Amino acid sequence: MSTADDKNRKAPAGERVADWADGRLGIYGLAKANMRKIFPDHWSFMLGEIALYSFIIIILTGVYLTLFFHPSMNEVEYHGGYVPLQGVMMSEAFASTLDISFDVRGGLLIRQIHHWAALIFLAAMLVHMMRVFFTGAFRKPREINWLFGFLLFVLGMFTGFTGYSLPDDLLSGTGVRFMQGAVLSVPVVGTYLSMFLFGGEFPGGDFVARFYSVHILLLPGIMLGLVVAHLILVFYHKHTQFAGPGRTNRNVVGMPLLPVYMAKAGGFFFLVFGLIVIVSAIATINPIWSIGPYRPDQVSTGAQPDWYMGFSEGLIRVMPGWEINFAGHTLVLGVFIPLIIFPLVLVAIAVYPFVESWVTGDKREHHILDRPRNAPTRTAFGVAWLTWYFVLLVGGGNDLWATHFHLSINAITWFVRVAFFAGPVIAFIVTKRICLGLQRRDAEKVLHGRESGVIKRLPHGEFVEVHTPLEQGDLHKLTAHEQYKPAEIGPTVDENGVERKVSPGEKLRAKLSEGYYGEGSQIPKPTAEEYKEITSGHGHH
Amino acid sequence: MKKLSARRRHPLAAVVVLLLALAATGGLYTAFAPAGKAQADETAQSLAIEEGKKLYSVGCASCHGTGGQGSSDGPSLVGVGSAAVDFQVGTGRMPAMAPGAQVPKKKVIYSQKEIDQLAAYVASLGAGPITPTAKQYSPAGADIAKGGDLFRTNCTQCHNFTGEGGALTHGKTAPSLEGVDPKHIYEAMQTGPQNMPSFPDSTMPEQQKRDIIAYVKAVNGEESASPGGLKLGGLGPVSEGLFAWIFGLGALIAVAVWVAAHTAKAKKS
Amino acid sequence: MSSQEEIPEENLPSEQGAAHGAVERTDDPFADPGLPAHRPRVQDIDERAAKRSERAVAFLFTLSMVATVAFIASFVAFPVDKIVFIFPFGHVSILHFSLGLTLGIALFCIGAGAVHWARTLMSDVETADDRHPIEATPEVKAKVLEDFAIGAAESGFGRRKLIRNTMFGALALVPLSGVVLLRDLGPLPEKKLRTTMWRKGKQLINMNTNEPLRPEDVVVGSLTFAMPEGLDQHSEDFQKQIAKAALMIVRIQPDEIKDKRELEWSHQGIVAYSKICTHVGCPISLYEQQTHHVLCPCHQSTFDLSDGARVIFGPAGHALPQLRIGVNAEGNLEALGDFDEPVGPAFWERG
Repeated sequence: MSTADDKNRKAPAGERVADWADGRLGIYGLAKANMRKIFPDHWSFMLGEIALYSFIIIILTGVYLTLFFHPSMNEVEYHGGYVPLQGVMMSEAFASTLDISFDVRGGLLIRQIHHWAALIFLAAMLVHMMRVFFTGAFRKPREINWLFGFLLFVLGMFTGFTGYSLPDDLLSGTGVRFMQGAVLSVPVVGTYLSMFLFGGEFPGGDFVARFYSVHILLLPGIMLGLVVAHLILVFYHKHTQFAGPGRTNRNVVGMPLLPVYMAKAGGFFFLVFGLIVIVSAIATINPIWSIGPYRPDQVSTGAQPDWYMGFSEGLIRVMPGWEINFAGHTLVLGVFIPLIIFPLVLVAIAVYPFVESWVTGDKREHHILDRPRNAPTRTAFGVAWLTWYFVLLVGGGNDLWATHFHLSINAITWFVRVAFFAGPVIAFIVTKRICLGLQRRDAEKVLHGRESGVIKRLPHGEFVEVHTPLEQGDLHKLTAHEQYKPAEIGPTVDENGVERKVSPGEKLRAKLSEGYYGEGSQIPKPTAEEYKEITSGHGHH
Repeated sequence: MKKLSARRRHPLAAVVVLLLALAATGGLYTAFAPAGKAQADETAQSLAIEEGKKLYSVGCASCHGTGGQGSSDGPSLVGVGSAAVDFQVGTGRMPAMAPGAQVPKKKVIYSQKEIDQLAAYVASLGAGPITPTAKQYSPAGADIAKGGDLFRTNCTQCHNFTGEGGALTHGKTAPSLEGVDPKHIYEAMQTGPQNMPSFPDSTMPEQQKRDIIAYVKAVNGEESASPGGLKLGGLGPVSEGLFAWIFGLGALIAVAVWVAAHTAKAKKS
Repeated sequence: MSSQEEIPEENLPSEQGAAHGAVERTDDPFADPGLPAHRPRVQDIDERAAKRSERAVAFLFTLSMVATVAFIASFVAFPVDKIVFIFPFGHVSILHFSLGLTLGIALFCIGAGAVHWARTLMSDVETADDRHPIEATPEVKAKVLEDFAIGAAESGFGRRKLIRNTMFGALALVPLSGVVLLRDLGPLPEKKLRTTMWRKGKQLINMNTNEPLRPEDVVVGSLTFAMPEGLDQHSEDFQKQIAKAALMIVRIQPDEIKDKRELEWSHQGIVAYSKICTHVGCPISLYEQQTHHVLCPCHQSTFDLSDGARVIFGPAGHALPQLRIGVNAEGNLEALGDFDEPVGPAFWERG
């Protein structure tokens, strides 16, 4: 205020409001640091935004749904708008979901937006995670943010599962029954866990209400906190960028938050929301009225969970039925082993950044992204993991694969059992070779230029294709990546001639490093000398 | 057993030597299957049987044996009844191209009249479920909600929530019920074709079969409502997941590419 | 880059300059040429093009407004249960469809307008922001460690061990109250999973007709589901009881039954098996009447009903429990006792 008074003018209303807020919140300081913050533009950087926006959409529609949903398992006779279920006994949860779908105007739309957004939320998180993985964006200083993101994905899965179970329909009830069976398989405490979780014997009268508070309060509350932390870290670290002219590890090139990024990101929220609403308008999701209310003695073929739980379904379907009985006890390995592998599949990808940083021993900050081909081992590992995940998804949908491709369920199950072990290995080898091929092509391009498509005849009759040399910006882009040398075990004898013990960890690390960066695992990028020799010399063509 | 003795006096009975053994096998059925109609309008019936026999020896005998006694390529038809013939031939499953675990639905090659003649002939081999009349299978006036409950108890495990079909062991499938004639649904429940178990009137009365048919027609008929939009095959989360990935995330990524792309620069003049 | 000081490994890339800085080496053909000069868009130099963009953005925002009006109009105009045929979507609820489409367009157009505005009319000059290392400078770090040491010393935390140890003890014990409170989430398992509602003399009630089943009702090749006498869909604990007691009834020619006990426990080839899968409890009932195999639709465990319901494929660990049945004085099928083993999924105490 003082400055305005000094200059003897009345500040505009907006400024006065901002002044008021600044006096209490210090917003000018915040705005100075962030208002013109630079964000790089790349479509793959927006995958996380898709996830963020679908999360917001899920919260908005979820709040609306809570106004109409009754999380109760009291049995009632249905007399609402859907004729083929009139007079059927069902839980209040199911009946109120039918009411939302048939008697509340717009209720069906909101329900479908909620569910479609949930599927897209998880899909976007997975794709976003893969973008971060394949470009190496998880490296220092972003490892913690990688873990936050991973936790969001896992919590998203369970929030999805609990939400999917709330309508108490025949399909989700079958899923809950499966969960109960899996809990029972836990050695020693399985039956206790099951009794406590369901308030007695399955299905009991409690799980909908319990899942409800987990679904609308506990998990989303944690997720909201993680999302905020995730975003704060993105702001704090500043976004990564791909190598290119003018883009270094010490700067970030792009457009300012105000106005361009704000308009683009804000606009993108509406685009995502609009598209999800349109998808919800035209395509049915989880038509619980066709599925019917849950009864523990009824079931339908094609009983699957939503896609993000599909890999666990695959695990449980292809596992052989091992069961060990001893001294009056039963070890249900057929269910318990998949229950153990389920988190391991996820942890395998989550811990990768830490493994890689241990192998490279690199403690610097990295803000320039790798092209996947330039990190062949990492890329190959990622593709192997995706193959693993996809093989399990195939296993989880084996009955639909069978009917749609006229195959035998038994044959698919056996295929998945083999591919569970063989698929990732094959994918690893193939991907690595492809990456090396692409590296060779890049080197070729740098040294000899781009194929122009123009054929020239030389005086002595030979035909050659004219190659146009790359511009300096492109040359820089293709050679900007770093190439590590394999770590070696240092001298085992120090200068005083005392022998040093080499720990097994050190040996393993050297071996891994050799695998990562040794011969055959990367193509040496062209050096300036090579380039000069080729470009200065004539008659090389 | 009274009905059985009555059957022995059937005009064709004297000719077919096998009948004694056949009737004994079919005896179980006669205990509770209404069999009175077989003798109605005797002359027309015997004519149909004659015609049916001719059709049978051309189209069916190679697998099912000249007298319907069955062979290594096809099961015995004694006691399967006219309903089974009407179903198998009426849906094009029979005649089969090759024997196998499951004979698929094909184009129907016989006219309904020929099918009736074949059915009459096979029914004459031994008593079995009789082709239902329109009154028996018509869904009109049936209790749809009750049908839904029965459908979920007895049928969904193989045919899916709304009758979209599903997988069985070793490549066998439970077919989709979409567009299937109510008569054929009724006959399938009555006779248990191929690997499908039967749901005889003794455990699932006629009225309940009508309720089930009414439910199937209500949720998977041509006019069935899908208030939320595309049904996506009615297959549940797998097709929903595919749709979310391909059209949901696919469209969003396409939009993201547009948002992030550089705007076209002015041409250098 | 302060972090560079901490790289002891020789295996790190040597070309720090080229990869990590904008240091230009004139003799390096791969050197970073720096940010390319900004090139204008049509809209930057042609005011008519800019005007066109402005109109396009305004049109999108206007369309959004129109769509919102249409949304409210649809909400008022269409009844909630009206179904119409719209190609290619099928017989859809007109209210749902119109609400979704109008809301979708209203939202999408706001987004499209904002993005088009940003892409064509806002400046597209790329600028660079400097990054600063995340980790603190050594001076800051030294100051923090010093402050911490002072604070810790002033608290006496390290010196007065009694306080420290009792505090840890108290903090460790307090959460136990919360854990204890969870005890009443449910009852103890006891023998609850070992028994079902079946007792000697309970008649088998056909789930379709709610009538007692008679042996002559069950023909070879048929499939019937049964529940114990006295259970009713409207009864309080129906869900809990049927989850354990559901039966599937089939009849197999006695000479086709391979398992001796199965035949003994059947009534003239009528066998009663638990409908609840021994894997994780799905109601298993995909009965193939020619092979006598029964398949679980959830995880494809396959059981052979003609051979003691042993597992022949899939993840289930043991055979389906069989219920011993007979016929009572009225000629109805009845149970001759409860299952002799727990039904449903296996658990630790099952044995």
